[in-house]
Amino acid sequence: MHELSLVTSIVETVTETLAALPDSSRGARVLEVRLRVGALASVIPESLEFCWGIVSEGTPLEDSRLVVNLLPVVVHCEPCGIDSELEGVQSFRCPHCSELCGEIRQGRELEIDSIEIDDGEVSE
Amino acid sequence: MTTRIVELRRGILKKNDELAAGLRASYAAAGVLVLNLVSSPGTGKTAFLERTLREVLAHGSRAAALVGDLETDNDARRLAASGAPVRQINTHGICHLDAEMIGKHLDGWEGVALGELDYLFIENVGNLVCPSSYDLGERIRVVLLSVTEGEDKPLKYPTMFNSADAAVITKMDIAEPCGFDRELALKNINEIRPGIRIFETSAKTGAGIEEWLGYLGEERKKRVS
Repeated sequence: MHELSLVTSIVETVTETLAALPDSSRGARVLEVRLRVGALASVIPESLEFCWGIVSEGTPLEDSRLVVNLLPVVVHCEPCGIDSELEGVQSFRCPHCSELCGEIRQGRELEIDSIEIDDGEVSE
Repeated sequence: MTTRIVELRRGILKKNDELAAGLRASYAAAGVLVLNLVSSPGTGKTAFLERTLREVLAHGSRAAALVGDLETDNDARRLAASGAPVRQINTHGICHLDAEMIGKHLDGWEGVALGELDYLFIENVGNLVCPSSYDLGERIRVVLLSVTEGEDKPLKYPTMFNSADAAVITKMDIAEPCGFDRELALKNINEIRPGIRIFETSAKTGAGIEEWLGYLGEERKKRVS
């Protein structure tokens, strides 16, 4: 259960990003935070959401939505020479030839993809 | 209201990853092979590491260990009996070690300099979930599984097994009374992490330890040459 530390890290990173925006965006409010989370990242979206409200309170992220985009595992099969999505994480075999695949091309992601912000009144 | 999208594309654990990259560079510069040992609580990491440290020192190599637990320094005291320098990291409730904790405990570790070590073992907090996300800059992640735990452990915790570089089965001396299905365990590990090196060991009888030490020696040579 390290979702609390993950959420804390997300809130810190987004807050830093806001602080680095040009002056016209100072005081911007975050509406949505979009994550990319691989099936092998050991992260439970519900646990992230559970911590979200608590950690974001009193920050520019308060009341924002958390959107978790879950990515399936993609393996590379040497004999077939192609990348394939796996349905689960119980077996790392190529869905076409059943060969065991050691090379993971996707599934370990744990990233903040983007944020949607409200700049408020923007002077032209 | 003016809304817009700001692309970040930033790793959530970027700070840890950056610190781990720094550690990895310092391990490489010092020529020390660093291993991160992960397992459930009760697998026998400490007994396995105790035996490993004793044997490594007896073979004339230099080794030290960092050991993580929520509380107590019991494991550090057990490991220190091997004669190797050992430092306890108490996480006080945190379920994993991170790169910052490792860096802090390496700094100012009296009498221990990375450059004077051949091996540094990091015994992680007993947990098969969270430690998988935290890079400690290690060269080799070793996942341990005991014969008392059930052969389907790799299927239940695929993230950890998939992220490991080597697997160690512990307590092989009691495999038979436990009804341990060796073939099934090996198959399950291989299903999750195809081609991984697997060591079947007993810290008590010493079974499999020679092969394990041979592997450590080979890996260390790769680092230095």
